[in-house]
Amino acid sequence: MNFLAIETSCDETAVAVFTDELKILANVVASQTDLHSRFGGVVPEIAARAHLQRLLPTLEEALRQAKLSLRDIGCIAVLNTPGLVGALLVVVSAAKMLALALDVPLIAANHIEAHIYAARLGAGRDIFPCVGLVVSGGHTSLFHCRTALRFDLLGATTDDAAGEAFDKVASILGLGFPGGPAVERDAQAGNSRAYAFPRSFLHQDRLDFSFSGLKTAVLYAVHGVGVAHGPPPPPGQQRADLAASFQEAVVDVLVGKSRQALQRTGIKRLAVGGGVAANRHLRQALENMVKQENAELFIPPLSLCTDNAAMAAVAIEKRRHGEWASLDLDAIPTYR
Amino acid sequence: MLLESMSSQSFEVDSLAETEAFGRRLGALLFPGAVIGLIGPLGAGKTHLVRAIAEGLGIENAAQVTSPTFVLIQEYDARMPIYHFDAYRLRTEREFAELGVHEYFEGNGVSLIEWADNVTGCMPREHLQITIAITGAESRRFEIGGRGSRYRDLLDRMR
Repeated sequence: MNFLAIETSCDETAVAVFTDELKILANVVASQTDLHSRFGGVVPEIAARAHLQRLLPTLEEALRQAKLSLRDIGCIAVLNTPGLVGALLVVVSAAKMLALALDVPLIAANHIEAHIYAARLGAGRDIFPCVGLVVSGGHTSLFHCRTALRFDLLGATTDDAAGEAFDKVASILGLGFPGGPAVERDAQAGNSRAYAFPRSFLHQDRLDFSFSGLKTAVLYAVHGVGVAHGPPPPPGQQRADLAASFQEAVVDVLVGKSRQALQRTGIKRLAVGGGVAANRHLRQALENMVKQENAELFIPPLSLCTDNAAMAAVAIEKRRHGEWASLDLDAIPTYR
Repeated sequence: MLLESMSSQSFEVDSLAETEAFGRRLGALLFPGAVIGLIGPLGAGKTHLVRAIAEGLGIENAAQVTSPTFVLIQEYDARMPIYHFDAYRLRTEREFAELGVHEYFEGNGVSLIEWADNVTGCMPREHLQITIAITGAESRRFEIGGRGSRYRDLLDRMR
């Protein structure tokens, strides 16, 4: 059976087609790279209208790549939480209309749980139970994933998400957008021990994160303590050192908290999702850590790390358990 | 037409604890429909101040107050609903307006807008504006301006 999945929880408009045997037939994300570079920054396509305009072309492209028509779709999957309410309303309405018009069942899944399921897709085999780390522009959370559908929150950021910290520090350092790759690139030539930036909560038992103080520490390292303004550092060794030291601090905390979560739960599997998982330094550090812990690491390929609709394949698990959504399904902006 | 003057006050704090006390005191004085714009550079502590204001508004779990930079709006339950906006990523005021901000502003909750200087034209005529200046590692200066009698009264009570 073929599933059609839609996801527009924030900036991206994404449609995927996959089978109930986890074969991905199409995974299309409407790219905003052109817009980004034209405006030199993030252009959040927040307007419900933008998603509306892009949804049908994206859907058509996904069907074209899958070599299928709407008649071949047996189930609609939608990620209805969490996210930006306007964006979610569009996707939920569209999914309901499709289910109604095609007379097929509807399944609703959680965006964050789907990010972990992307690691299951990438692995090609069962990975549950596992510890799940979701690290992106909007989320930094650790879960005890008992099954693909039963998650206990172990900890989350108390202020900025890790990806957000990368973006904002890139701005402080005068690096381009998107911030993650820009900082990573500059950090390559830098000394990660040049600056002793804070690692919040690292030596505490709690599994929460905080990156706001780190951001301020980078600001002070650039302009002086208690100084907020000034030109960004010029390209060169100092900027590279700042980028490397910042990146090291983020990676230390993400790796340290993931290690604590593995030890606390006694689980030997770590699944990672979200755009920050694209950072090569983070991947390497996680690989080293899981080796020391005799654990396994599951990070999906980049196209499944960043926001996408294929990860809505978690709907297949819901179908197995008969967890259907009704046509009065709501958009739920906040993670519960 | 009479141009209504903006009353303003300045508060200096020396520590994170003093920032938190200031935010809680302000939060306790807020009323349904209050709109507050927060202005200050990266690292000034806007989200931190919002969390303290939310505490003053009686939020049960202040840990749910996180940066809305990515999701643009977050809502919290407290003595009255709190709407936490962030205009950092926005390039145009239209984008902000399309979030439906005016409906939030006219509701019975308290609206707090980080990076309000990005969306000046969307702010209601009467609102409170807090400009945060970094004056030291943890010390900050809060310049608070209010337009409209409700905000002037609030500023009087902050004294």
